[in-house]
Amino acid sequence: MTADLRPPAGGRLILPGYQRPAGVHPPLDSPEYRSSRQRAPLRPLVPLPHALTEVTGPLLGSERVTPADSDLTTRHAGEPLGERIIVTGRVLDSGGRPVPDTLVEIWQANAAGRYRHQVDDHPAPLDPNFDGAGRCLTDSLGRFRFVTIKPGAYPWRNHLNAWRPAHIHFSLFGRAFTQRLVTQMYFPGDPLFRYDPIFNSIPDAKARQRLIATFDMDLTEPEWALGYSWDIVLRGREATVFENAGEGR
Amino acid sequence: MSAQGLPVTPSQTVGPYLAIGLPWEDGPFVVPEGTPGAFAISGVVTDGDGAPVPDALIETWQADPDGRFAHPDDPRGPAAPAVPGFRGFGRCPTDGQGRYRIVTVRPGPLPDPGGGTEAPHLDVSVFARGLLNRVVTRIYFPDEEAANAADPVLAAVEPGRRDTLVAVAEPGGFRFDIRLRGDRETVFFDV
Ligand SMILES: [Fe+2]
Repeated sequence: MTADLRPPAGGRLILPGYQRPAGVHPPLDSPEYRSSRQRAPLRPLVPLPHALTEVTGPLLGSERVTPADSDLTTRHAGEPLGERIIVTGRVLDSGGRPVPDTLVEIWQANAAGRYRHQVDDHPAPLDPNFDGAGRCLTDSLGRFRFVTIKPGAYPWRNHLNAWRPAHIHFSLFGRAFTQRLVTQMYFPGDPLFRYDPIFNSIPDAKARQRLIATFDMDLTEPEWALGYSWDIVLRGREATVFENAGEGR
Repeated sequence: MSAQGLPVTPSQTVGPYLAIGLPWEDGPFVVPEGTPGAFAISGVVTDGDGAPVPDALIETWQADPDGRFAHPDDPRGPAAPAVPGFRGFGRCPTDGQGRYRIVTVRPGPLPDPGGGTEAPHLDVSVFARGLLNRVVTRIYFPDEEAANAADPVLAAVEPGRRDTLVAVAEPGGFRFDIRLRGDRETVFFDV
């Protein structure tokens, strides 16, 4: 992934940083999202150059993930209620390179829109056969794959009659502290998009669309599950002199 | 590269239910329990009203005591781990009182690309309902006055706010509170 950047004896470190794409992420100050009014910092962020702590990061490996962790429908004796789905895609960087062997963690509501969490008091049923958490490692091509059920929409009191569009929470590490990303995957055609201040906190309409998975008939398993694909793009590294001059790894 | 590259996936809040998916039992242990010299860094996360934030997640990332990272993108090449079982990474959800606690060892100083030296520090991500993206801060150590005075990152912070990045010694380790908003707001970085 990187050229040999070892400094000559006594030389300085050469550390290409990560790209800083403008206008992609939601502003922390998004008052339509009520919780941000107590919690989002008021002071401007201080620019942090990318040095050793930032261009490295935890490479959390297979020791904490088993293949069963990616199937959220087989944790209990019975099958969870709801529409069984396969969610698969690739983790890439903005240079188009796959991010292999990286931990992907997900959590979600059940088919009725209820989370297995003590704070969730939505009067919808819990499902004794569904916990709602999964994890996997991407393969050598950056691919991940989960089997789960389609989560329901749920009310959340942000404003009068506020409902979240159905979504799955995703957590990604990439290979560097700079690449860490927590986001949400949505489902195509959800009528709640236009009313949701979290989805709409992303200023660029095109960027919002990148959080919506694609229904893919080719991913469905006949008589078993529907299929959605969703690729995730993490920030890539800035080009280095070595990459420009060298073999273009 | 950025012009023709793939557009990046936007962030969304971790929401109120992160405890379903993210905490690990051993998450707070950057080093195994019982490691000689290990200490705790703990603190409280508070909001703009000074109220504790009971549904946040703290993550830390740091060098080992020799200032090395077991990572292929550390251009200094591989090094034998200074501490057996050193993970470099810590993760702890806040409890009902907004408290977190990690167990670690002190990282070494680091060379920086500008030719200077960064004082021992931990990079910290804070995730919570109400934060549409993580916020990032750093933990420095109070007894590293000379190293902190030469640290290029601290130098770029307004002098009157630098103390929000420096932990306070306490029995068994250090205290580092995180004030998300308002009075004595913690310095957060654009990483
Ligand atoms: Fe949610």
